[in-house]
Amino acid sequence: MAEEMAGRAGESWDEIVVRVLKGNEVKLVAYVPDKVLAPLIKRMQADSWFTVISPAREEEAVGIVTGAYMAGLRGIVLMQTSGFTTLANVLASLTVPCQIPLLMMISERGTIGDHQLGQAIVCRTMRPILETLGIEHFAIQRPEDVEFVTDRMIKQAYSTQAAAAMILSPLLTSRGKKSY
Amino acid sequence: MQDSILISTSRDAAKVMNRSDLTRRLVARLKNEEAVVGGIGHTHFDLWAAGQRPQNFYMLGSMGLAAPIALGVAMAQPRRQVFALEGDGSLLMQLGALGTIAAVNPKNLAVIVWDNGAYQITGAQPTMTSTNVDLVAIARGAGLARSTWAKDEAHFEALVDFALKGDGPVFICARTDHQPPAGTTERDANKIRTRFMEGVLDGKSRA
Repeated sequence: MAEEMAGRAGESWDEIVVRVLKGNEVKLVAYVPDKVLAPLIKRMQADSWFTVISPAREEEAVGIVTGAYMAGLRGIVLMQTSGFTTLANVLASLTVPCQIPLLMMISERGTIGDHQLGQAIVCRTMRPILETLGIEHFAIQRPEDVEFVTDRMIKQAYSTQAAAAMILSPLLTSRGKKSY
Repeated sequence: MQDSILISTSRDAAKVMNRSDLTRRLVARLKNEEAVVGGIGHTHFDLWAAGQRPQNFYMLGSMGLAAPIALGVAMAQPRRQVFALEGDGSLLMQLGALGTIAAVNPKNLAVIVWDNGAYQITGAQPTMTSTNVDLVAIARGAGLARSTWAKDEAHFEALVDFALKGDGPVFICARTDHQPPAGTTERDANKIRTRFMEGVLDGKSRA
């Protein structure tokens, strides 16, 4: 895997994420749909390296990725903010006590201009949940940080046996767009 | 349905059996380090009481996720047969998981549901299966063609043997009584995880 950490010229954030996941042997992708994540999901579905599944709920996706990890297959859950906030129970009763290095990539909705009232209110519950459970999290805002942050957070998750929430800020995914 | 073992017994015609007994019957037939994920509550208590195999995972929380966790194990290790044990109340919390299993279509996964029509551990409040929900019908509707009620103990054992052939996914529902479980799982979540991983990953506890 290349050592450069600033991303390659002209790469989109979703291209970088794909490259970093491959470099860390993450092959199973369980997603619940999100418009911001759509280009990443499409890219993974078109790439036979990944096994991509679409469970009905985020909690179910966490269960599948956890079972796969325990049997030797690394995976990640993709979701939006409102989906993450349904996860307090499984994170508190499975992920944290069992020391599962659960990788989560969360498209941050409900902030910096989101017109959806429900998204805006539920968004404010995301960080308190993460902090109460002691889960490492970081909101990526700049394209030049995507590779460094995702690669480091993934490696830390596996080396410390702890979950990681990689949050994709609208500053990264929606800059230049008129709306979400 | 080509296989005669998958007869269409109705819930009403299925014998009410004992969960501890059926769990022991299941475990007695496991000869090839099959993985078993025991759902929250009495389901995993009885799995524990049937003998602490290294390939058992006991769920201390996350109600409804036995089948999804088992699906993940089955996807990671296609050559290992995997069983999920779940209660009717738990499965009712995560019915979408049946559709996911049908979509992924893992040949090496069997989901066994103990249907006693009650949330037994919280005081035996009735679940919807006691009045109107047929979980086998729901599983079939979700796309799991190999879904059936176990009509008695001998049929249950035959269904386990069918699942062990690896022509799944298989969904087995057994009606059970309200007898208490035969033991209580040691509540050490990380030890449970570590032992399970060592049991399915040749002694490794990380991946």
